[in-house]
Amino acid sequence: MSLDFLLEIGTEEIPHWMIPGALAQLSHIKLMGQPAQLDATPRRLVMRAKNVPERTPDREQIIKGPPITSGEQAASGFAKKHSADFSSLRQTGNYYELVKSVPGRSSIDVLAEELPKIILGIQWPKAMYWTDRNGPRFIRPIRWLVALLGDQVIPFEIAGLKSSNVTRGHRQLGASSIPVTIAAYESELRKNGVILGAHDRRHKIETEASALGAKLDRELVETLTYITEFPTAIKGGFDPAYLELPAEVLTTVMRHHQKYFSVESSPGILAPNFVAVMNTSGDPDGLVKHGNERVLKARFNDARFFWNVDQQKKLADRVDDLAKVTFQAKLGSYKEKTDRVIALVKELGGNEHAQRAALLAKCDLTTEMVKEFTDLQGVVGGLYAKAQGEPEAVSRAIYEHYQPVSMEDSIPETTEGRVLALADKLDTLRSCFSIGMMPTGSKDPFALRRAAQGVVKILVEGAMEYRLDALAQDELLTFLLERIQHYFREVRGFKYDEVNAVLKVGVSTLKDAEFRLKHVARVRPTPNFEPLAASFKRINNILKQANFTHGEVSPELLEDGPEKELYDAYTVLPDYGPLEDVAELRPLIDRYFDTVMVNTPDLNIRENRLSMLSDMLEKFSSIADFSEIVTSGDQTKS
Amino acid sequence: MDTFQDTVFKLKRYWADRGAIIQEPYDVEVGAGTMCPETFLRVLGPKPYRVAYVQPSRRPADGRYGENPNRLYKHQQLQVILKPTPDDVIDQYLGSLKAIGIDLSKHDIKFEEDNWESPTLGAWGIGWQVMLDGMEITQFTYFQQCGGIDLDLAPAEITYGLERIVAFLQNVESVYDIEWAPGFKYSDVRLADEVQGSVYNFEMANVDRLWRLLAEHEAECKELLAQYPKYPEKQRFPLLPAYEQVLKCSHLFNLLDARGAISVTERVGVIKRVRDLAVGTAKLWADQQSLREEAGA
Repeated sequence: MSLDFLLEIGTEEIPHWMIPGALAQLSHIKLMGQPAQLDATPRRLVMRAKNVPERTPDREQIIKGPPITSGEQAASGFAKKHSADFSSLRQTGNYYELVKSVPGRSSIDVLAEELPKIILGIQWPKAMYWTDRNGPRFIRPIRWLVALLGDQVIPFEIAGLKSSNVTRGHRQLGASSIPVTIAAYESELRKNGVILGAHDRRHKIETEASALGAKLDRELVETLTYITEFPTAIKGGFDPAYLELPAEVLTTVMRHHQKYFSVESSPGILAPNFVAVMNTSGDPDGLVKHGNERVLKARFNDARFFWNVDQQKKLADRVDDLAKVTFQAKLGSYKEKTDRVIALVKELGGNEHAQRAALLAKCDLTTEMVKEFTDLQGVVGGLYAKAQGEPEAVSRAIYEHYQPVSMEDSIPETTEGRVLALADKLDTLRSCFSIGMMPTGSKDPFALRRAAQGVVKILVEGAMEYRLDALAQDELLTFLLERIQHYFREVRGFKYDEVNAVLKVGVSTLKDAEFRLKHVARVRPTPNFEPLAASFKRINNILKQANFTHGEVSPELLEDGPEKELYDAYTVLPDYGPLEDVAELRPLIDRYFDTVMVNTPDLNIRENRLSMLSDMLEKFSSIADFSEIVTSGDQTKS
Repeated sequence: MDTFQDTVFKLKRYWADRGAIIQEPYDVEVGAGTMCPETFLRVLGPKPYRVAYVQPSRRPADGRYGENPNRLYKHQQLQVILKPTPDDVIDQYLGSLKAIGIDLSKHDIKFEEDNWESPTLGAWGIGWQVMLDGMEITQFTYFQQCGGIDLDLAPAEITYGLERIVAFLQNVESVYDIEWAPGFKYSDVRLADEVQGSVYNFEMANVDRLWRLLAEHEAECKELLAQYPKYPEKQRFPLLPAYEQVLKCSHLFNLLDARGAISVTERVGVIKRVRDLAVGTAKLWADQQSLREEAGA
């Protein structure tokens, strides 16, 4: 017989961002072989499973006895010891054996042992104890445990707390003690103000917030989904006079500090409204709306105050203050970083606007606004520069110089912004590498991977002409090359062997690498390409076996027919021409290998043939090392 | 409508009814109620304790000359320590909100992750900021470590921001408009303190003398701590006075900081000086406590 299973770990409020990770860990666990369905709210982690067997199957245990040569008496003693009869022994090889049947265990017993281990085995980013120092650790105190198999409670205990069939509802909307059955569990919770499924809460938030005009934001929806048990959206407003503050500031206050959605009157234009998501079912007296409006007003007042105070000292007058802001203990202040970035911008050929932007870029770190709203660094600098009459190119460059902040984020739009963003990130990378602060494993406190990813993205998508080896050397170059591979594969979706083939022959500029990669990817599906790649591989092998590197071709030594024809065909192709033309060589190469013997006894001819092959290989290897392309032949081998 | 003091009375009554000792504010400057010995030292060791008190908390750098409606150099915290933490601590806390007139069925309460850490005290804990209709009204922390010592029990610390809560209850936009007692506003009681405090903290505190005072209090504390090992009657040893010297140092550090007198490079060093004193005192206190328990006192 099989039964349904329910485990609810009832806790105090778990940080929203940790919940999906905990569920992912639980998803690997099978309950008596059955996969579990997982759900969670901030106050409960829930595992449910169906068809859990009532017992583990009976099994046979084989116990090895004495050797047959030791006689029946010894065997009888052995049997007796295991409360069996001599007659039940069997002989296997040279030994007696007892086959003992071990009855299965009831699943309740097994689960009662396993569940505490499963619960306390969840890894959290930062765990705590709540009873005493030797007590169990979890993300927040566990306050109740529901554990049922069929209609039976699976009995166990954690930190003095016994499992039961009693759950709790929403803190305000439900009862604090609700006996449940597995069948009625979810509906009982619903009656008590808890929407168990994240999907249902998410849907409720999205539907209600959209209906109120919210500009939805996936990250905020996720946060609110896991910060509520019963989300309900309400709309509030603020004095339109605050709209004179930059939209960036207003939106940051609403989204990041208050977890509100902003509302737009038309695309890109903020309306004096917000949508908040409560963790309750309604706001009949408008008290929640009023309270949130009051808080937002105070926040906006602060922002306006910061704006006004900050204008009393221009960015340009704050450069020296950067000496008091640490960039990194060993690397000195932001003033020193600024000096380095200015030099780098010059080196990269940045114009006077880019240089001016480099001088002012970090000055907003000393403003009240950025001290309060750190996410707005750069953005605030750009807005202030504009308000203080700096040229558009300067303010835009400052505004965008932290971009791209992620792989999805776009690169700066202006050339000055790109040069500054590149110089800023490159300086961070070079400086950190110079003091041995490379990222290791999951440790990357200075977000160097992100900086490197930003460098790569700007270089490629900005089609910039800088030579990679001029920007980075040694370990940093290796690090960048890893990010380049990652970028082309994961972000741009090129196949890994195409990326390898292109990178193998070296990278001058990333613009060039991208150009070649597109070429390879375009020609890849054409019928001649793979056989051609196979031929290149063959050429490579021939040259390797002959230990041959390079030689001059003597055309007069070439044989008429396929050899001469191939020579004539490839030499007329431009060095960096369309790959389609190279692919067209395929029939000629095939015929060459069908008829020409490279390893001929005449050493002069042999030398000349190897020279021709290497010449041809080199000519096309400026695009990619085609021997890196995985052909169908390789795949069958592996 | 309750006045500021009514709300304070109600909260004190509420926690007194739940077994808490009602202490009076500590008489040495502190940056937060956490720093009072009633929290910092009482959370150490295995002995149960429950206490609640209002603590005026000084943060010189937060001063705004009495001009900002929400920011104060000295604000009033109501601090509750429950050691060990009762299982229904959150329900008890929510009950305290009801006790001061917040009808939870008409409001939105959220518990948002907010862990607490004090580098100068070698202390940290895990918890939330409690949000009422989008406003932070309470810091709730399960203490895990204090003075560099793992705590035997993990006491719950509930810190109410009184000005915010009362401004909310009285529906005023500036803390200065709060009615403190019938006929007296918050501004009548505290505005001069905010204005003059800001002038002193930001403009007139004598930086050289503050540095000297810091060194003097540090020396006093160190000298005391050094004598503990050889002191014959350990239970009489003045660790509480030594801890007051730590608090003096901490406050002087905050003052110097508000004066902009501590450079970035110095900062880490000064924090370490204060932490060494705090950690040193906490260690000896734990030792003194265990002796006291052995003596059965």
